[in-house]
Amino acid sequence: MTLLEAIILTVITASTPLLIAAIGELVTERAGVLNLGVEGMMIMGAAVGIAVAITTGSSALGVLAAILAGVGLAAIFAALALGLATNQVATGLALTVFGLGLSGVVGAPYVGLQRAGIGKIEVPILSDIPFLGPILFRQDPFVYLSIALVVGVSWFLTRTKAGLVLRACGENHASAHALGYPVLRIRFYATLFGGACAGLAGAYLSLVYTPFWTSGMTGGRGWIALAIVVFASWMPYRAAAGAYLFGGLTILQLHAQSAGVPVPSQLLAALPYLITIVVLVLIMRVRSQGAAGPQSLGTAFVPDR
Amino acid sequence: MRLALERRAQTTLAMQIASPLIAVALTLVSAVVIFIALGQDPARALHAYFISPVSDAWGLQEVAVKATPLVLIAVGLALCYQSNNWNIGAEGQLLMGAMAGTWVAIATHGTPNGPWVLPAMLVAGALGGAAFAAIPAALKTRFGANEILTSLMLVYVAELFMDWLVRGPWRDPQGFNMPQTVVFEPEATVPLLSDGRLNIGTPIMLVVVALAAFMMVRTLKGFEIRLVGEAPKAARFAGFSAKRLTWLVFAISGALAGLAGILEAAGTVKQLQPNLSPGYGFTAIIVAFLGRLNPIGCLIAGVFLAITFIGGENAQIMLKLPLDVTRVFQGLLLFYVLACDSFLLYRVRLIRGAAA
Amino acid sequence: MSPSSLIATERVVKRFGTLLANDQVDLDVKAGEVHALLGENGAGKSTLVKMLYGLLQPNEGKILWQGEPVSLPNPKAARALGVGMVFQHFSLFDNLTVAENVALALDTAEPGRSVAERLVAVSRDYGLPLDPTREVWRLSVGERQRVEIVRCLMQRPKLLILDEPTSVLTPQECESLFATIATIRAQGCSVLYISHKLEEVRRICDAATVLRQGKVVATCDPRQETAASLARMMVGNDVGAVRHEATESTSPVRLSLRNLTVPSEDPHGTGLKAISLDVRQGEILGIAGVAGNGQEELFAALSGEVAAPRAEQVVFDGVPVGSDDINARRRRGAAFVPEERLGHAAAPRFSLSANALIAGHAANGFVRRGLVDSARTLSWVDAVTEAFDVRKGQRDPEARALSGGNLQKFVVGREILRKPALLVVSQPTWGVDAGATRLIRQALVDLAGQGSAVIVISQDLDELIEIADRIAVIFHGRLSAPLAGAGITREAIGLLMGGSGFPDEREAA
Repeated sequence: MTLLEAIILTVITASTPLLIAAIGELVTERAGVLNLGVEGMMIMGAAVGIAVAITTGSSALGVLAAILAGVGLAAIFAALALGLATNQVATGLALTVFGLGLSGVVGAPYVGLQRAGIGKIEVPILSDIPFLGPILFRQDPFVYLSIALVVGVSWFLTRTKAGLVLRACGENHASAHALGYPVLRIRFYATLFGGACAGLAGAYLSLVYTPFWTSGMTGGRGWIALAIVVFASWMPYRAAAGAYLFGGLTILQLHAQSAGVPVPSQLLAALPYLITIVVLVLIMRVRSQGAAGPQSLGTAFVPDR
Repeated sequence: MRLALERRAQTTLAMQIASPLIAVALTLVSAVVIFIALGQDPARALHAYFISPVSDAWGLQEVAVKATPLVLIAVGLALCYQSNNWNIGAEGQLLMGAMAGTWVAIATHGTPNGPWVLPAMLVAGALGGAAFAAIPAALKTRFGANEILTSLMLVYVAELFMDWLVRGPWRDPQGFNMPQTVVFEPEATVPLLSDGRLNIGTPIMLVVVALAAFMMVRTLKGFEIRLVGEAPKAARFAGFSAKRLTWLVFAISGALAGLAGILEAAGTVKQLQPNLSPGYGFTAIIVAFLGRLNPIGCLIAGVFLAITFIGGENAQIMLKLPLDVTRVFQGLLLFYVLACDSFLLYRVRLIRGAAA
Repeated sequence: MSPSSLIATERVVKRFGTLLANDQVDLDVKAGEVHALLGENGAGKSTLVKMLYGLLQPNEGKILWQGEPVSLPNPKAARALGVGMVFQHFSLFDNLTVAENVALALDTAEPGRSVAERLVAVSRDYGLPLDPTREVWRLSVGERQRVEIVRCLMQRPKLLILDEPTSVLTPQECESLFATIATIRAQGCSVLYISHKLEEVRRICDAATVLRQGKVVATCDPRQETAASLARMMVGNDVGAVRHEATESTSPVRLSLRNLTVPSEDPHGTGLKAISLDVRQGEILGIAGVAGNGQEELFAALSGEVAAPRAEQVVFDGVPVGSDDINARRRRGAAFVPEERLGHAAAPRFSLSANALIAGHAANGFVRRGLVDSARTLSWVDAVTEAFDVRKGQRDPEARALSGGNLQKFVVGREILRKPALLVVSQPTWGVDAGATRLIRQALVDLAGQGSAVIVISQDLDELIEIADRIAVIFHGRLSAPLAGAGITREAIGLLMGGSGFPDEREAA
């Protein structure tokens, strides 16, 4: 395997959890909900995933449990931010702190316990193609799932009426309400979906990426996923590009260090964030009357009859 | 089945006081449940968490040292949030302030310098934090860019910038290749106030709290901050400019975060290193909300949170409880506070039928 | 054969608490007819059509569809019958395309491509060309209205209700709309056209029902009527007490606006166009007009919340103040009471003393060296309470705890007690009980009697006739020449409110 192949494979594994979490948060934000608790949901997914996997011996149950953990935390967020109209920023941060703490408690008995990670899926014959073969056709199921999520979410948002209605709730909840749509219910489901994806991304970390548990193993990836959503202007394919950009830069800066590249690795690592800020400003300049991102993002909706 | 929220006509003082107290009570009840689930004696655990940190002079000093940066930053954030400016980048402003102050320390390192070094460092720290906070303020006022996202992105930029400085140009040549700067000279460190770790940072913090409380209650500027966040049209009717206020509150909160940063670097640690801040900038956001965006409230909440941090460390030593339990409590407390506050604003009713 | 009734109401009554919004209203819209619903603000037009669209339920009376009684529990039921409605305030999604906006309003889940195709066909057929792929934020107000109308037309309605459709349109867009309405009628769909604009109604409507204060006062064929007779129906026929002398006032001018043109801050609002007015010391100038014709923009320009393009366009006692902000104007002796009590004039969750500070921090001596003197604000609250009989539960409650009338007394009183040289007040007694109304109006008259100049912007014609010395009418952002003395008749005002006598913008365009 050449160095380039190796790099590409590591980029894929680094980017996949980012992409999965980002897609989930993207759907949540398109519905108008800003959930800053992605880090908390992700790490709970990681902790619960490996805990259940080791206890039951089944990776599949671990993944399922991780998804449920993400959904559970998202439900807490939804109950507060949607049900009681609490401040979404504060609630999301509380969720992060809570999730980080709870994950530590749940994961404590399993620290350092190794288990075989979920293996890769090999597509016969195709995976033997030199160079492209291993990259495209010999990946673990999460990678294929992440691509499927991108395609599926994009299709859902742009081509189905349900996706259109979800976007409408995020654009203008008053108009959506006036047209008779159940805004809070739709936002609730979107939030749960975001939690499921975050939990799934966490499961990837603890069951595939480094198949054991350490405290704080998400390392800020949840926050990066939030950045990716903005960088992507809330569009799924761009989110994929963003996830791979962030993931790629992370890997690249490691290699750049050892290759003696004169650019400081920290600058490379900072690029995605700086670019995101530029994107945020550019969006506002390009559309003078339209808004950057879902117009109702982060605002509570309290219908008065 | 759904919850219907109806705005209340009045919020009595009794309700306003009861709300945080109920939240604290609910947290304690949840704590007891968690302790039991972890197989601990709840009474011993509660004692370790909440009583032991304040049971001796040493403990009290530790609480003060821990609370100082939290409260300093939270007070600034409270001003921002009250006026509808969502500064999430306090962590980055803290680091920038630490770096700005450190620059002064390094520049004067080894040269004969006088008592003006430390004040210069503190001023530099505040200015550095304020300048960094001016970026999201500018992007918001000039381009309408969402300050939550811009200030958050800048946190990473600041972290990476500091990482580079500390591993590169500012690395201590005698530091065994460790990513840290030179240890600050005595003139460049924050003087201690006792034989514990209490330093002048704490009195500075108390002065800031007093000034902020005074400003919010007695001055027109404080009134402006509250009005702009509460009723923007009425604020315009009063002739207040929301944009100018955005600049001001970002500058103040950036300065306070920067001050907290340099106090940490020059006080507790006496040098600059990558893990200078265990997330003070983010924890301060929680402190601000727990403190109901009120300077005195921030002081109480900051002290309370500091107690839980230290209590967590004690509980780990004494009862082998994982440190993460502290975070669980803090998260829960904020959940309960937010929920109880919602009941202050709205009357909640259960309605049968279709969701909204 | 006489045309059959499409939709009708029989003795419909709607109450909101003690307010009788619709009182025994009979309405009959025939098939293939363009039927106008005429009336001032508060006449009950919106309430009536909301019941026809299923948003409200009548307390008494019946709604009949093609002669049969029906119940309309929600808009979906109304749409199922064949009723479509275009509201004055659109519910559109700026960032979504035209096709997506239309699809969201349809009750069926139709695939996007089919929606787009049908939309293009319908919009073309009715003379409302639309590009389905454009995002709504790029569209002009007239184009946005087209989207709203096409949304309705795609559901093949038998009745289309249009609520004040031309208030936000340019003259060319109005022509376009009238052509569309003709096409709609030709296709057999009836139109219920809500308006206060007499010329339009005379031009395009076959029948009209006139509402005043919740009751039907007349039904007629507008084409057989003159604008004057329609105006009389709309605002009443009483001669009214002419309390003012016919002589022109000779006191010096306190405030004048010179040719002031200011765009509205709201993209859907009405900007001011070449407004000129003079107010003299000791006089009350009334500004009449139906809501939405630029009153808010006029208030913002007078108060300084929006600066004038050039300083000389607003002159106060001979000094150009167009660039002065609101506090600079207050320091010169001006005082302001905006239309919106809660949210603009007062912050609902703040105490009365804090609210006194909002209007008074610049010029009342409440603030010294940046510090607020709470004792003085409290005593000011006491003074206002005493002078204006403000009833409240405690000495200094939150603003939202007061009833509408009492809060209005406070908000007006805190300005009048300053004895300002100029007072601008918008909707002084809207939603206020009779006792407070009397008190406030008397206070305004007394203030003018002491030599101050007062501008009262109001949709309540009775109020202006009672207290104003001269009355000008604002229509589509333009101001008429003021009517004075014996010239103040309801008919004259009604004509102006309905748009007669204003320069025809189509000629200027």
